[in-house]
Amino acid sequence: MSVLHIVNRSPCESRSLELCLARAAAGDTVLLIENAVYAAMRDSIAARQIETALGRIAVCVLEPDLAARGFAAAAPLEGIARIDYAGFVELSVAHRAALSWC
Amino acid sequence: MKFAIQVNSSPYQSQASATAYQFVETALRKGHQVVRVFFYHEGIYNGLHDAASADDDWSIARCWSALAKDHDIDLVLCISAAQQRGLPVAETAGHTGKAESNVAEGFHLAGLGQWVDAIITADRVVSFGG
Repeated sequence: MSVLHIVNRSPCESRSLELCLARAAAGDTVLLIENAVYAAMRDSIAARQIETALGRIAVCVLEPDLAARGFAAAAPLEGIARIDYAGFVELSVAHRAALSWC
Repeated sequence: MKFAIQVNSSPYQSQASATAYQFVETALRKGHQVVRVFFYHEGIYNGLHDAASADDDWSIARCWSALAKDHDIDLVLCISAAQQRGLPVAETAGHTGKAESNVAEGFHLAGLGQWVDAIITADRVVSFGG
């Protein structure tokens, strides 16, 4: 059973991404939204953790939240897919459960 | 596909309710069904009628109300969460579903049973904020 993990806090203010990456199983997807999009940037505090996890799980970032923080033109870490709200809905359909990490 | 949505944060505190609104709006546009949006904990502040704000101020409550009107979505404010936060709720509100004057159009007050009913009916449950 694959799970969509939704993380909304910056790795600088919360351990939720770290805990989520430790818990996510192979085939799961981690979606970074709201302040968690900072984790997707190159050289972010969570970059190495994400790069280590990328072979096992998929990681996506919500494009409108990147744009809202001034990162519309910035390139996220290699291997992270940028998605819009339609992509968010599709991910929640494609996984059997959605888990929000707060 | 049928979605049940839970919103746990105040619109004045975090981005979560705006994210939830955009998710619901997109899901409907893509042909999915939203069984119920349940506003829990601080999320109840999404559904208060903000009589004091100017008409041209952006208001999440008005956005939800318009969405409920256009798509016939059930917007439920948790009655216990509302009472705990001092919202004057008539004893009978839970039974009649009649909103008090400070509850925005399209929302009604009900208990956790409505959330349980929604997650039983829905194919997917997505929660925002908390």
